[in-house]
Amino acid sequence: MAENGTGIGAAVKRKEDIRFITGAGRYTDDIDQAGQAYAVFLRSPHARATIGGIDTAAALQVPGVVAVYTGADLAADGIGDLPCGWLVKSKDGSDMIQPPHPPLAVERVNYVGEPYGIVIADSLQAARDGAEAVAADFDDLPAVVDVATADAADQLHESVPGNQCYDWELGDKAATDAAFADADHVASLDIINNRLIPNAMEPRAAVGDYDAASGVYTLHTTSQNPHLERLVLAAFVQVAPESRLRVVSPDVGGGFGSKIFVYAEETAVIWAAGKLRRAVKWRADRSESFLADAHGRDHVTKAELALSSDGTFLGLRVKTIANMGAYLSTFASSVPTYLYGTLMAGQYKTPAIYVEVRAMFTNTAPVDAYRGAGRPEATYVVERLVETAARDLSMDPAEIRRRNFIQPEDFPYATPVALTYDTGDYEASLDKALEHIDYAGFAARRAASEANGNRRGIGFSSYIEACGLAPSQVAISLGAGVGLFESAEVRVNVTGSVTVITGSHSHGQGHETTFAQVVSDRLGIPLDDVEVVHGDTARSDYGLGTYGSRSIAVGGSALIRATDKIIAKGKKIVAHNFETTEDNIDFTDGVFAEQESNRSMAFAEVAFAAYVPANFPLDELEPGLSEKAFYDPGNFTYPAGTHICEVEIDGETGVSTIVAFVAVDDFGNVINPMIVEGQVHGGLCQGIGQALLEHGVYDDAGQLVTGSYMDYCMPRADDVPSFTVDTTVTPCTHNPLGVKGCGEAGAIGATAAVMNAVTDALGVKSLPMPATPETVWKALGGAG
Amino acid sequence: MEVTLTVNGASHTLDVPDNALLVEVLRERLGLTGTHVGCDTSQCGACVVHMDGCAVKSCTVLAGQADGADVTTIEGIGTVDALHPMQEAFRDCHALQCGFCTPGMIMAAIDLVQSTDDLDEQGVRDGLEGNLCRCTGYHNIVRAVLAARDNM
Repeated sequence: MAENGTGIGAAVKRKEDIRFITGAGRYTDDIDQAGQAYAVFLRSPHARATIGGIDTAAALQVPGVVAVYTGADLAADGIGDLPCGWLVKSKDGSDMIQPPHPPLAVERVNYVGEPYGIVIADSLQAARDGAEAVAADFDDLPAVVDVATADAADQLHESVPGNQCYDWELGDKAATDAAFADADHVASLDIINNRLIPNAMEPRAAVGDYDAASGVYTLHTTSQNPHLERLVLAAFVQVAPESRLRVVSPDVGGGFGSKIFVYAEETAVIWAAGKLRRAVKWRADRSESFLADAHGRDHVTKAELALSSDGTFLGLRVKTIANMGAYLSTFASSVPTYLYGTLMAGQYKTPAIYVEVRAMFTNTAPVDAYRGAGRPEATYVVERLVETAARDLSMDPAEIRRRNFIQPEDFPYATPVALTYDTGDYEASLDKALEHIDYAGFAARRAASEANGNRRGIGFSSYIEACGLAPSQVAISLGAGVGLFESAEVRVNVTGSVTVITGSHSHGQGHETTFAQVVSDRLGIPLDDVEVVHGDTARSDYGLGTYGSRSIAVGGSALIRATDKIIAKGKKIVAHNFETTEDNIDFTDGVFAEQESNRSMAFAEVAFAAYVPANFPLDELEPGLSEKAFYDPGNFTYPAGTHICEVEIDGETGVSTIVAFVAVDDFGNVINPMIVEGQVHGGLCQGIGQALLEHGVYDDAGQLVTGSYMDYCMPRADDVPSFTVDTTVTPCTHNPLGVKGCGEAGAIGATAAVMNAVTDALGVKSLPMPATPETVWKALGGAG
Repeated sequence: MEVTLTVNGASHTLDVPDNALLVEVLRERLGLTGTHVGCDTSQCGACVVHMDGCAVKSCTVLAGQADGADVTTIEGIGTVDALHPMQEAFRDCHALQCGFCTPGMIMAAIDLVQSTDDLDEQGVRDGLEGNLCRCTGYHNIVRAVLAARDNM
């Protein structure tokens, strides 16, 4: 691996940065189409109501207003519902219940901010004025807000008795019950995993255009996966067939999951563009992002760990109620099931595990994947419970983990919850983290804090995640409605430069750099000779975009497959040139050389020969040098690590300050350590945000009371520390780069580490998140 | 109303609605889309530009207030071939990921460095408290600002 060069393993500065630091980035809101109109959405002010009538007459009189459409207009035009892409089955084998989800509400609204109409005008101001002039009658109904009691509340959807989407289980109930019956000790915990609002800094936006001459629709939008967007809009919502629908996702300002999903707004915008034969542009105000982006987390859980007296884990029982919000967002059903229950083994040899999850509808914004998606929730359950067990048994929290870790010789390791971990060395990460945090010195640091009237605590989180979502065959058998492969194309240009086209998408991850590093390394050509193209359905083959830390593990593997084909084709061309066979040709460092001779051709020469085929035997050798691959992973990848947080709590104010945070992660091989560290930093900040600051709160009437940056506490620069980040490496065994993915680890591990530290400092078993100064201050009083 | 303002060294006289915001003029009238809008409560700082040398949130400045002012945006502080030291430091330190908060962050950071003596890590964290970033966890932004401090 090249530490100083530009190849795999080098901390190459990012190619994309030049445009971002000079203001030349091109985000959706920076794109204007000739003659475009502007859209403003009509949004429900009620959490639950029937729509009596919508009077648009006055709005249509507002100067500049072009059209007002409601849900009825879309329905009349045959526009279908927004579908959920993963069918989960209940314990009894029945399918989950998916209520109708029209893009614009027709008969009733089910959460504050739900769109029920769209006003389109010549200017944004006119559209806003038009929206103000719409008079809608609502018959307000009592809102169902509390997820824990939603089963006994009013029914939101006619088709969903008890507001229950599904009642799912995983694991061996009988074996787990038996483990508990034999246990010396049971540690138990009631947990609320607080609702988060994703808040990518770029609000969602869409510019829809329709070319009447060709019948082609073009949608520029803030999507993490433009092909999925096109598939849903074409196949399910039925705006237009895929061949006449182009989705472009230009620079995207962060996603964290919230831009995976197909939303009402871009659906209405692209449909309206066709209706009006005019481009239509919409950009969310931040308040709309708060109301109508899919939220994250929001679980109520009871968890129990059965142990023997020496701290050996015998069984784990988890019962979770997961909030789906008012409708099923695109992948909502999979998050608290296959991305949650399957992770309950953590890094441990717990022999028996049983997980039950009930997914409920409430009158709140839909909940779906947010950075980590299910895995942070699982880690929070397991790692808070392990810490609780250690305290119950007066064991060192590092020691109880060490005693139960799956050991290197145990891999591949089949867990009791459906996954098979390929590789790992969990003690290596724990040991490194203990060293970085100076665990031995903690007692003295705590004593010093206490001498000053403060509290100090330390908290561990030894997390595991499943990334690079996994064989399509397995996922589809479990209900996935899409494949989980990735596409890649390596197009060698005539003079030897290379255009790489990937179905993955970058919205901050730096693929234009890392993917170029991989290809330049493999082909032995300069980094500057490789350009990476993504985010345009007209330019790349069908791909699944970027989510779940999948891009390098799946998209990168597809790239390797395509470059291998390029090298194989190159050898054929060279063999033809040298009148020998391709197995006599070696390819090293960008040069094709004939074995046992001094004849060779550089990569660029081979490229030129491919496109100037003077005497190719055309029945055996085609001109050109351009190859594609679709890579379907053989398994998930399993990044894992240990995070340790040390907090000091002001004894008078309850303010928690993170004095040290160490993250040691095993991501397998690393392409660009600078980018990997940056991904970890960002994830840690979001994990810390959940623990100490962030909480999406609805009042009893279903009004979102944290609907702006004045009310929802985002982590700011003075809320978080500088981090100590390090890695260990056990290469993934089943993909060609040996990579595991790094995008979510920080957010998965950090939250439990922080809360373990805060509860340790306070000497309390548990504390609700976020552990705000007020919450902590009250606990300080309670703890005496 | 008519306003005259200098933006990145060029003078513009524009007829704008009374309620036009500076950020709207920059983005929509002058095509300077490097300045971003990330919220509607003046909290996120994605829209920070310099007005007469001071960092301002351009979503909270009326165009009329900028009449006669000298405005500098992210497009005006350096070029691809001659980056401002703060731009250089952001790239060197990997202080950006999605890039959306970056222009505002860079403009705020330049003002912070220019207006603060003995700037240290805590000073950077306190000084950039008005600029939200969801990607970087601020770690590398702090490093970048401290690195640029030494080169400005």
